[in-house]
Amino acid sequence: MGKTSGKIIDLRRFPGFLPLTLLCLVMLYAPLLVVMVYSFNDNSSITLWSGFSLRWYDDVFFGLEAPKFKQAALNSLTIAFAAATCATAIAVSAAVAMLRARNLRGRTASFALINLPLMVPEIVTAVASLIFFSAIGFTAGYLTILVAHIVFCIPFAYLPIAARMQSIEDTCEQAAMDLYATPAEAFRLILLPLMLPGIFSGYLLAFIISLDDFLITNFVKGAGIETLPTAIFGSVKQGIKPNIMAISTLLLLVSVGFVTLSYLASRMGQNPKTQINNDKKL
Amino acid sequence: MAGGIADAGAGTGAGIYRGRAGWLILPSWLVIGFFLLLPVIMMLVYSFLTKEFRGGVIWEFSLAAYDRFFFDRGLFGDEAPVIEWTYITIFWRSLWQAGLATLLCLVIGFPTAWFIATRVPRHRTVWLLLITVPYWVNLLIRTVSMKFLIRDSGPLNEFLLWLGVIAEPVHLINTNLAVQLGLFYSYLPFMVLPVYASAERYNFALSEAAADLYAGRWTTLRLIILPVVRPGIIAGSILVFVPSLGAFLAPDLLGGAKTFMIGSLIEEQFKGNAGNWPFGAAVSMILLTIVMMLLLLYARTQTRREAR
Repeated sequence: MGKTSGKIIDLRRFPGFLPLTLLCLVMLYAPLLVVMVYSFNDNSSITLWSGFSLRWYDDVFFGLEAPKFKQAALNSLTIAFAAATCATAIAVSAAVAMLRARNLRGRTASFALINLPLMVPEIVTAVASLIFFSAIGFTAGYLTILVAHIVFCIPFAYLPIAARMQSIEDTCEQAAMDLYATPAEAFRLILLPLMLPGIFSGYLLAFIISLDDFLITNFVKGAGIETLPTAIFGSVKQGIKPNIMAISTLLLLVSVGFVTLSYLASRMGQNPKTQINNDKKL
Repeated sequence: MAGGIADAGAGTGAGIYRGRAGWLILPSWLVIGFFLLLPVIMMLVYSFLTKEFRGGVIWEFSLAAYDRFFFDRGLFGDEAPVIEWTYITIFWRSLWQAGLATLLCLVIGFPTAWFIATRVPRHRTVWLLLITVPYWVNLLIRTVSMKFLIRDSGPLNEFLLWLGVIAEPVHLINTNLAVQLGLFYSYLPFMVLPVYASAERYNFALSEAAADLYAGRWTTLRLIILPVVRPGIIAGSILVFVPSLGAFLAPDLLGGAKTFMIGSLIEEQFKGNAGNWPFGAAVSMILLTIVMMLLLLYARTQTRREAR
């Protein structure tokens, strides 16, 4: 391609696009790499570099603020775990209704509703939740954070699950039904195993999104409870300290680990063994 | 965004779960309806109530919140109303800040997306992964990292000084550019991915035809490629613009008082010292209205495209 009338030009290439792509990557990674490097700085001033040390990691785990951050991390993780689990369950159930039940009424409205958390700006969701919880007298704290997280995690869990389910035709379930499986059995023994890669990436996505949230959490949390982002934000407001950089590096590694897992899951999903009815579509 | 997913089901499923459809969809309706739709309606109601000092509301109908947004009636509220520019200015600033951030994402994101789409398929996944990995890192941490990098005595300035490009530190933090950089950094993958999805399907026979007709490379880009990839560009722009408009972290951490945006204005009504809930609710309603109008406009262009 690209060979026209003797003169060879590659029509795909544009001069300057490679440098811009590299610039893009530099802009994306430079801040993170810099923070990672400086988290190993021995100096207590963030400006001066005075040698490699693990003292700030030691500070994160055993220092003065360690109990606060440990509690915040525990809250973040348990909320993410619970919110992702609930959101995934709701999303699976919704996906089955949306994609497998022909007689579902109000499909468009349901689709809009499931995606509503993506359309409403985060700050508006935060305000609405705060007003709602205070109006019904739902005391702010762990539970309000959890409920708010479940809501905005649903679309993030739904999209990969629905995308995966869309690529599975229902012939296997039909066959199971012909062999006298109940709908519940057809779901549990046929559809669910086939959907597993989608469910897995939906779950991971919801988990990360929950772990990531600052704005909504900050609005609905009570005075006594912190998640990792709100604790970090509170600390950063007084200036960036080296221990924050160490925490950031740790969280960064957790995120990268999750992305790798999710990537592997999607690769697993493309494995021909699990892909029974997709050949026609590809 | 994924409009296809909603409709596609209608064709396939032969109704194995027919009797249960209502029950299966019910949890999502209950949770989102009760904990998002109802709260938004409640917020609308609150925007028409009277404010209670130190936060909260008094249940008395009042237009004070909207009145305060648009009109200035003097310190004691007894002067003839003139237009209040403070909040309109904040909205206007947020609109162009978000607009410039979107443009920045497009200017750097389009070449990146195109570059990735023209790699061999095996390499595309790796490039895409490289672009998306930072997105999975906590937004707060990314913004803090950016703040650390570009502050006056930060590594970026030290590096540039060491290179000799600049004689004294560039003041970036607390400027509009810093906010745009932060927004760019926050939402770039939202631009790259839809543009990539469009660019990947581009038929290079079109470029060949253009070249046969003596179109230069850049003419082809302008007259052929950009129009074909436009749906991806529009989708990407919406995905970057909408969250940028209501962003809180980037303007709050990277900008200063001069770059005050909608997000901070709203936050101040609930978390800060202002403590005016009806006003905060009213500002949120105005923001929500702008965003919904944008999304509806987008949905309409989409349906028109599908109809063609």
